[in-house]
Amino acid sequence: MKKYRLHLMICGGTGCQSQDSNEIIQALRSELQKKGYEDEVQVVKTGCFGFCEKGPIIKVHPDNVFYIEVKPQDAERIVAEHVIKGRIVKELLYEEPTYHEKVEHQGDMSFYKKQLRIALRNCGLINPENIEEYIAVDGYLALGKVLTEMKPKEVIELMKESGLRGRGGGGFPTGRKWELTAQNESKLKFIICNADEGDPGAFMDRSILEGDPHSVLEAMAIAGYAIGAEKGYIYIRAEYPLAIHRLNIAIEQARKYGLLGKNLFDSGFNFDIELKYGAGAFVCGEETALINSVEGGRGEPNAKPPFPAEIGLWNEPTCVNNVETFANIPPIILKGSEWFGKIGTENSKGTKVFALAGKVNNVGLVEVPMGVSLKDIIYEIGGGIRNDKKLKAVQTGGPSGGCIPADKLDIPIDYDSLKSIGSMMGSGGMIVMDEDDCMVNISKFYLEFTEEESCGKCTPCRIGNKRLHEILERITMGEGTIEDLDRLVVLGEMIKDSSLCGLGQTSPNPVLSTLEYFHEEYNQHVVHKHCPSGVCKALKKYQISEEKCVGCTACAKVCPVDCISGEPKKRHVIDPKICIKCGACFEACRFNAVVRP
Amino acid sequence: MKSLEELKKIRERALKNVDIRRSEDGSGIKLLIGMGTCGIAAGARETLNAIMEELQVQDVHDVFIVQTGCMGHCHAEPMVQIDAPGEAPIIYGHVTPDVGRQIIIKHILEGELLEDHLFTKTHHRI
Repeated sequence: MKKYRLHLMICGGTGCQSQDSNEIIQALRSELQKKGYEDEVQVVKTGCFGFCEKGPIIKVHPDNVFYIEVKPQDAERIVAEHVIKGRIVKELLYEEPTYHEKVEHQGDMSFYKKQLRIALRNCGLINPENIEEYIAVDGYLALGKVLTEMKPKEVIELMKESGLRGRGGGGFPTGRKWELTAQNESKLKFIICNADEGDPGAFMDRSILEGDPHSVLEAMAIAGYAIGAEKGYIYIRAEYPLAIHRLNIAIEQARKYGLLGKNLFDSGFNFDIELKYGAGAFVCGEETALINSVEGGRGEPNAKPPFPAEIGLWNEPTCVNNVETFANIPPIILKGSEWFGKIGTENSKGTKVFALAGKVNNVGLVEVPMGVSLKDIIYEIGGGIRNDKKLKAVQTGGPSGGCIPADKLDIPIDYDSLKSIGSMMGSGGMIVMDEDDCMVNISKFYLEFTEEESCGKCTPCRIGNKRLHEILERITMGEGTIEDLDRLVVLGEMIKDSSLCGLGQTSPNPVLSTLEYFHEEYNQHVVHKHCPSGVCKALKKYQISEEKCVGCTACAKVCPVDCISGEPKKRHVIDPKICIKCGACFEACRFNAVVRP
Repeated sequence: MKSLEELKKIRERALKNVDIRRSEDGSGIKLLIGMGTCGIAAGARETLNAIMEELQVQDVHDVFIVQTGCMGHCHAEPMVQIDAPGEAPIIYGHVTPDVGRQIIIKHILEGELLEDHLFTKTHHRI
């Protein structure tokens, strides 16, 4: 077979595919054929590069050039310039938002510079639908090593030494979880991969499954060997069709190569994996609810103990680990616990993938060593706040986490430090908010989510969250009282203390943390009926300043309900009875004459 | 899959297809070929393909071929520049497909310069 001199890696993740990356691949292939270069250049569909905001992405090997926001019609240019003449297409390069310079190589981009990729190591590097490419990058070597050279106890010991903790939210030590499951004698045990990623905005698990499905299969087999299970389930939401498609291909290929099935590596160990589809309920990310759902029951949690390690799926010992946790395991086996232990902080080893979103310049998946500060993530990897606005808070941990105020940005991120400031790691959602975001509204948004996603089994969560939401609703409508703020705290603490599962035990966190750090903003809402960031519509009162208005009529022209009156060159007036508080006049005025008190 | 050896065999085979994606770590030798209009007109593409073929024949995997634009010495095209990590770049001129093959065999594998085809030993950029 002839060797290709150039590899064009095109992102085939969900984000880029929705922006025509499949069409780009077709266009590139036909263009290469037209010019007679199809034998020299390989076009590869890869997993997610993480820089989803700038997709679709093409990376060229071996020159390491990184193109962003490519369109199908750019294929001609890329072939004519880059492939044939070796000239970089400058227009498609990334421009640094802080110092406005085009960057050619991925490694030089500020978005990637501070990242350390362990879980995402193969995303964007290999074709996820080709098992041989995974094998080429040391795939299944860890499984082979474990089965031929190690005893199950040694595997567990290695995992414990590594200090790896669950990446799904709770942060329970993985080795300890395996040990607990291994200790329980039973003929039948199960490994479950929790791919029920439900935090709004978090998509690292999906990206791993789409970009590197074999790493999860391999790690599940390793876990199966360690705890004595021969069967694994991947519980994945049905709304991840591409991840399901790639997993199915991967499982089939692994079976064909004898990497799943009977007597793997001639060790007598059997292991196979089956997919179970979830309907996308947030609570099914909780392990007992997940197990109920796999069994075909309602996705409702059970009281713990007994833990799944004792009584799990079909009442047998079961170990549930998250996708990202699994993706970390093969490198730990191959490189050793010492290598892993050097990365991260004292009690949080390794890296964590965050879904960086919100008001930052660079949005996407970032994997950083534990202990990196929020400031580094936001200002270096994230490229700073959009439109040079001021940062107000960072929300981490999704609906279970809290808001971290701007003055706590220096805190090194790990499981314990986040918990100590009222937030949590969660599955790694990270939403950056600027001065235009209203904290009351943000916590209302999360409460809306948890209220909707509460399974309803226990009263504190079912009714408590509804009441919390109602109080917040009242406050944003301008009907809140100062007593409401105390009620939020009392009720929130009560829900946390008395709920059955992790959902209710953490759902008041967004309210409680914003109440603590942004108490003045809540006060403004209830006492002065004023929303400082101007988000709460009911509290907005637009006015036109007498001194500043020059009568340019710009505001009157954009008003959709014609509530602004006034003659040209004379002061204009807003009729508050008709005004729908859309803010169009505020944006249109170039003299800062429209004010929202 | 019966043994670790079997897996390693597949790995070795598969690695040959993806090794150019590892160029990022900076350990390999970079071989630049001038592919401006002048280079292409002088036969740079044929040279490039010959070099690729020779790399495959000789089973060399730490050399990465990178195209560049015109190097500014159009009279000496096709030109090949070899950047080994930690060493000054070396440039060859008038590299026909045959000379290209010799570069792989002599220069890359045996560490011998092809004196007759050297353009300049080093060059400087400001």
